[in-house]
Amino acid sequence: MAEPLLVLTGLTKRYPTGDLALDGVDLAVPRGQVMALIGPSGAGKSTLIRCVNRLVEPTAGSVRLEGQELTRLSRAALRRARRRMGMIFQEYALVERLSVMENVLSGRLGYVGFWQAWFRRFPRRDIEQAFRLLDRVGLAHMADKRADALSGGQRQRVGILRALMQEPALLLVDEPTASLDPKTSRQIMRLIVELCEERGLAAIINIHDVGLAQEFARRIVGLRAGRIVFDGPPEALDAAVLTAIYGEEDWSRTIRRSDQEEDMAEAAA
Amino acid sequence: MAVINRPGQPPLWKRRSTVQDLLVWLGWLAAVALTVACFQFISERTIWAFVWDAPRQGADLVGRMFPPAWGYADQLWKPLWDTINIATLGTALAVLLGVPLAFLAAHNTTPSVVFVRPLALFIIVASRSINSLIWALILVIILGPGVLAGILAIALRSLGFIGKLLYEAIEEIDRTQVEALESTGANPAQVLSWAIVPQVMPAFAGITVFRWDINIREATVLGLVGAGGIGMQLEASINTLAWPQVTTIFLLILATVAVSEWLSARVRHAII
Amino acid sequence: MSATTFDAAAAARRWRPPPLIASPLLRYAVYLGALAYALLALGSIEVNWTRAAEGLDRAAAFLSGFFPPDFVTKWEDIQEGLLESVTMTIVSTAAGILLSLPIALGAARNLAPLPVYLFCRAIIAISRTFQEVIIAIIFVAMVGFGPLAGMLTLAFATLGFMAKLLAEDIEDIERAQAEAVRATGAGWFSWIAWSVLPQVKPRLIGLSAYRLDINFRESAVLGLVGAGGIGDTLNTAFDRYEFGTAAAVLLIIIAIVLACEYASGMIRRWVQ
Repeated sequence: MAEPLLVLTGLTKRYPTGDLALDGVDLAVPRGQVMALIGPSGAGKSTLIRCVNRLVEPTAGSVRLEGQELTRLSRAALRRARRRMGMIFQEYALVERLSVMENVLSGRLGYVGFWQAWFRRFPRRDIEQAFRLLDRVGLAHMADKRADALSGGQRQRVGILRALMQEPALLLVDEPTASLDPKTSRQIMRLIVELCEERGLAAIINIHDVGLAQEFARRIVGLRAGRIVFDGPPEALDAAVLTAIYGEEDWSRTIRRSDQEEDMAEAAA
Repeated sequence: MAVINRPGQPPLWKRRSTVQDLLVWLGWLAAVALTVACFQFISERTIWAFVWDAPRQGADLVGRMFPPAWGYADQLWKPLWDTINIATLGTALAVLLGVPLAFLAAHNTTPSVVFVRPLALFIIVASRSINSLIWALILVIILGPGVLAGILAIALRSLGFIGKLLYEAIEEIDRTQVEALESTGANPAQVLSWAIVPQVMPAFAGITVFRWDINIREATVLGLVGAGGIGMQLEASINTLAWPQVTTIFLLILATVAVSEWLSARVRHAII
Repeated sequence: MSATTFDAAAAARRWRPPPLIASPLLRYAVYLGALAYALLALGSIEVNWTRAAEGLDRAAAFLSGFFPPDFVTKWEDIQEGLLESVTMTIVSTAAGILLSLPIALGAARNLAPLPVYLFCRAIIAISRTFQEVIIAIIFVAMVGFGPLAGMLTLAFATLGFMAKLLAEDIEDIERAQAEAVRATGAGWFSWIAWSVLPQVKPRLIGLSAYRLDINFRESAVLGLVGAGGIGDTLNTAFDRYEFGTAAAVLLIIIAIVLACEYASGMIRRWVQ
């Protein structure tokens, strides 16, 4: 059997302050799998996905993407490797003073030279692709609007498109819904999952909302204090598991609420 | 603030405790004493007879200054044009030099925190500490009198000003926008031009226009040391005690500064 | 999402990078105007290249003055100039701030009646329009050469600077807080003392520290027109081509400005 898309082995991160954010994480993500990463604040979720594309340098362990070891790559080789990993941020992280189109095209920066990018001379194919994606999420008419003129949900769609423009094999998604209202949160999660299915992308989605995680992901990994304490399908997530991840609490309502939300969503659809 | 508890009585509220009170008063006393001592020093170097005569001198001066020599204005257009050029070209040159300097000095864009950054900061500090008039004095000795010395003087002074304010703006940018572009695989030059430059653009435009406005003012006096512009005429008129001409020059400066202030306010408004 | 099918290829053909200035007419007008101005301005600079070429030797002589700078030969003069500059700075900052308080109150539209407002605004405008050196020329003509003229100049400049910024601050103070105190039936003076002053106090202290810093820098040039201070020493050194002494003075100025800036930064951080 071929190696899974992403393989983390013994991934460890200790910050200069001495905090151990990741403690020997082993994780394999096959192609096309949408995985949710849950856990309390400070469990190391954000550090984990940042260690994958080395926005945070791991202290020890190995990260292999498509068979390539990332932790020892030179800066230039790392940039080439990063093109295969699209990242989506909690606060959208759009360049606010650039237009929507420029933000989407910025996903192609890894593929074009400096002057080409400076004069916005992207290949026609890229611009067409950007327009197709913008149309797909209903924002084609906003292409020349400035990014700071958009609503939260619209900004996050642009953030998703920027990641897709990279032609990634893997999406790293950091709390995509933390700044959004419940309805927009569901729409954004559905969009991410749909796009992953269409394109056969794998995704690691950091998410606070256990209900959303259960509904949209096919696999759930629970992280606590830098260690994986749960790895299984959403159905296996019960009160005992949640206690293991988050600590003692009355979980019955959380689990039931996610069911209710599903009913509501179906009624609304 | 302090609350003093007294046995058997309601607690006493005072703004400060007694010791704090004393320290504050001592501080004020020291400041006043220092100021008085300094004034004493100045006073010793002053011929007070002249000062008591000042109101009469002032009245006399005003009498000689009016009416302004309107006809003299004809000879001032070229120096005025030079003054505006000194300010504008000087600012432009300062931008060309100051912008790279700011990127070298900002913590998050400098190529080397240990070697390059301290050097850039030193250039910024040296440029800022020395008034443009002193820069002009030095440059006139080196290059000889003329507009070129003025332009360079303005540029040398403004480069530190622009560099400092711009590097502070660069250090305050939103980190996540930079991270986002880094994560697409963009190279450092692309991250600079796509994520950092757009963020500091408004600050940059505001700083430049602000400095240009200041430079118009500065350029009016550079001529006093021979660095071109309307200050040369001012110097000549004062030396020949041609006070009506001085008044004309002052009025022209007043008008120019008012226009430049209005213009820079308009531009700043348009940008933000 | 879209009802009619969207033609991405056509949209991509039509797409152009967004220009800096949206209106094409204005855009070309601005570009052409800037180009025409640059050509005219650069064309009107007269440079005496032979004189400038000679300057290289002088530049070398000037730079060699820094290796090493000569603190000793003219130490008496340097000391005298420094003391004048420092005393001038301290007294003028104190006096300027004291005088700026009533002017600031008068220049705040929400406190002052219209005639008072216009009068105070006129004082501010005059103080801010003219470069310090021009004001110094007038004061030297009135009270004679020496640090008193410099002190008066800086006090006047401080007055305009502080009064303008404070007046803006007072105009922005929170109406609700001000009205709450007024509602207690306080008189005008206690109203100022209890509601206006506490709100502007941190800014007042911050601005004062900043202005102290500016005043020292300015005090270094007023000597050029006879208003005392270290500028006098510097000017004399340049006149006599004593570059070693000039270098020493420049280094002292840079050091003091650095110290002032550091101190004023500390004070501002401490206040906020």
